[in-house]
Amino acid sequence: MDIDRDAARTEILRIARGEDSFVLHECVTCYACEEYCPMGNHPFYLIVQRQEKLDIPPLPRPLIRRGINMGVPFRGEPAIREINGKALLIAAFADHMFLIQGRIFEGLPVISDDPRKMFHYFCQLMYLHYARESVINERLPKIIDTIAGHNATEVICFHDECYGAYNSYCPAMGIDVPFRTVHFFEFLYNRLLELKDLIRPLNLRVAYQRPCSSRLSPDKHHFVYDICKLIGAEAVPRKYADENAICCGGSIEGQRREGSRKLALELRRLNVSDMKDAGAEVCIFNCPACYHTMCDLLSQEGIKPIYMSDLCRLAIGEQPARGR
Amino acid sequence: MRSASSPQEGGNPTDIYQALIDIVGADHVSNRQEELYIYSWDLGTTEPHRPDWVVSPRTPEEIQKIIFLANVNKIPVIPLGGGLSLAGLAVPFRGGILLDLKRMDTIIEVNDRARYALLECGVSQGQLTSYLERRFPGLTHSEPGAPPAATVAGNVAIHGQGDLGHPYGFNSDMVNGLEVVLPTGEICRFGACSIGAKWFTQHPLPDVGIFLGWTGTTGIITKISLRLFPRKKIRGTAIFVVDNEEQVPDVFHRITHTQMAEDIVAFSQTIPPYASGLQHFTINLAADSDKELEFKQELIFDDALGDYIRRGDGGYLGFTRGLQHPQISKTADWRKGGGFEYVGSIMPVSQYPECYRRGREISERHGIPYTVLGRCIGAAHAMMFSWTYAFNRADQETMRHAKDAMHETDELALKLGGTIWKPGLYGQSLVMSRLDPNTLTLMKKLKQLLDPNGIMNPGNWEVP
Repeated sequence: MDIDRDAARTEILRIARGEDSFVLHECVTCYACEEYCPMGNHPFYLIVQRQEKLDIPPLPRPLIRRGINMGVPFRGEPAIREINGKALLIAAFADHMFLIQGRIFEGLPVISDDPRKMFHYFCQLMYLHYARESVINERLPKIIDTIAGHNATEVICFHDECYGAYNSYCPAMGIDVPFRTVHFFEFLYNRLLELKDLIRPLNLRVAYQRPCSSRLSPDKHHFVYDICKLIGAEAVPRKYADENAICCGGSIEGQRREGSRKLALELRRLNVSDMKDAGAEVCIFNCPACYHTMCDLLSQEGIKPIYMSDLCRLAIGEQPARGR
Repeated sequence: MRSASSPQEGGNPTDIYQALIDIVGADHVSNRQEELYIYSWDLGTTEPHRPDWVVSPRTPEEIQKIIFLANVNKIPVIPLGGGLSLAGLAVPFRGGILLDLKRMDTIIEVNDRARYALLECGVSQGQLTSYLERRFPGLTHSEPGAPPAATVAGNVAIHGQGDLGHPYGFNSDMVNGLEVVLPTGEICRFGACSIGAKWFTQHPLPDVGIFLGWTGTTGIITKISLRLFPRKKIRGTAIFVVDNEEQVPDVFHRITHTQMAEDIVAFSQTIPPYASGLQHFTINLAADSDKELEFKQELIFDDALGDYIRRGDGGYLGFTRGLQHPQISKTADWRKGGGFEYVGSIMPVSQYPECYRRGREISERHGIPYTVLGRCIGAAHAMMFSWTYAFNRADQETMRHAKDAMHETDELALKLGGTIWKPGLYGQSLVMSRLDPNTLTLMKKLKQLLDPNGIMNPGNWEVP
């Protein structure tokens, strides 16, 4: 969406008044406006609210129904055990437990490590892409209760979306979060400091594929660079980085608007060619959805896709778990 | 478990056991109860029946000698491939000799230029797939959704379909030639091979139809020439979803009109929840380049199905590289106990909505999570529609429900204007009760002519 400041102001006021706006129809749900808002407001949450109220779903009806059903737990109740210490919340990515290994994660209990029951821990924020704020608000308090039941002193959120849910969405909506959360990159950085003696500079030129949900915690974005500096990886200067990042297109390709599939493809190509032009050898991910969306294209172009946690493990002399 | 009858007529069991050893060697014959027990079972709900002997021949000539022996003593012979039909098609209902054909597993020839493979009857789907991947990466065959241990010949003999069903039809349409040991022991060849030529075509010579779809009651296939097809460098699956089952025939029609897909399957199931009440299409695409792949995606999802997406009635869920064969067997996990069986039917595509709704009703009535699937055959000329019923093997009540549900579904398939695919005994009786009387008489005559002693897989396709 290419609009100037005045148009943006006019449209957000229309949206705030509950009126229709072309923004509600053309929003690709990239979350970026959450980061851009100079007033610290939540324009994206408002857009989603109005899209639902005015029945302007960005996705076709069957995909919304499918997505909503996907978050329904169906394999029994979670096994709640008290932790009384730090814990990693891998939530709805329990099938990525293969990443959680090695010295960095030594002794760290994991909440939601059973893929059969992971949707009991699903933060639901994905439904922002579906214009279904009501689903988030209905389900999230129960998820919070389930996590709180583990009594962890610190909940390290594996995925940006979980961190964003408990540190941006919940405060914005007045939902109480009775546990303390830590961003995954902050945890990785601090663990690397503890393991500093093991670090051998990687001397790799890396690019970071920023996920949409990281827009909900821009204050943690600096850890990407802090980690790279610590492990001797050079973050290559890119056109599409930081505030100017463009998403992986995963949430766009299924949207109703004409050309969405091609737009998603184009965004991936732009990202990869930008990384290539900048001389990146490696592309770092935190979000598994971004990873799976882009890994083939990156590999074809000779850029190695790798999770940030694996890159950190590589820096302390361990073998990466590799993607699956 | 019902015990097998002793050899029906004549023949001392000890003498027959020794005769079988003389034919195939002592290592390849068994009359041990623990081994007979294993061969008495099918994976579905069919009641087990023990064979009297299990024999694993290596050559057509050995099979020929076994058949001669069986005819002399009037002993049933039941050919077994992977044993994965689920419908009880290789259960020895009247005991006898169970022929486990898995030792005959040589891939005799792959002809790269004429695109065919000549196989012994025990070659499995997985074996052929991995052989082609290693040795002939530009060739592939139409691999069914069955586990890789299913044999190619067994699948063809039941008119199976695979992941090239949309462009090329049934797997039995891909047969170039057969070698068959007849129920009276003669070894016959059909197709160009029968005149000493290569195994490259079946036509225009006398047909092999009397051996396909007869469940091993008209002879034992020992060699098969199967058509192979170009394998593109990129193969993967795109997913499309609609929430109205009435739209499925139209989506099939539109996609097949593009002629861009390799395989089109629609499914809906209670578990996992995301699939419940929705109709998912898995659409396999193949291409040699990203350009070709994008061209195909554009034609299907932007042009043929674009208005579905823009209206919000249908959703594109992306393309994933790499093929995952849709195995109905995953349904076995839907409930404790790991059992499942399904009714397959060959059905007009237009009946998908009714098949889905009525199948769901039957499942719900029997307390079984519903699972239905329709695979497009040809240019939507037909679909193989399956209704799958999970059960707990340790719980007779759930098995009874599954069996009742399948019988109701057999009747439903015929009522909706379809035919039952690889029917078990109950389905066979339903089909024969509706068969044209002249056709039935011809079947009976053919059977009597080919198998005068009625030794071949008795119980199956027995015309009253």
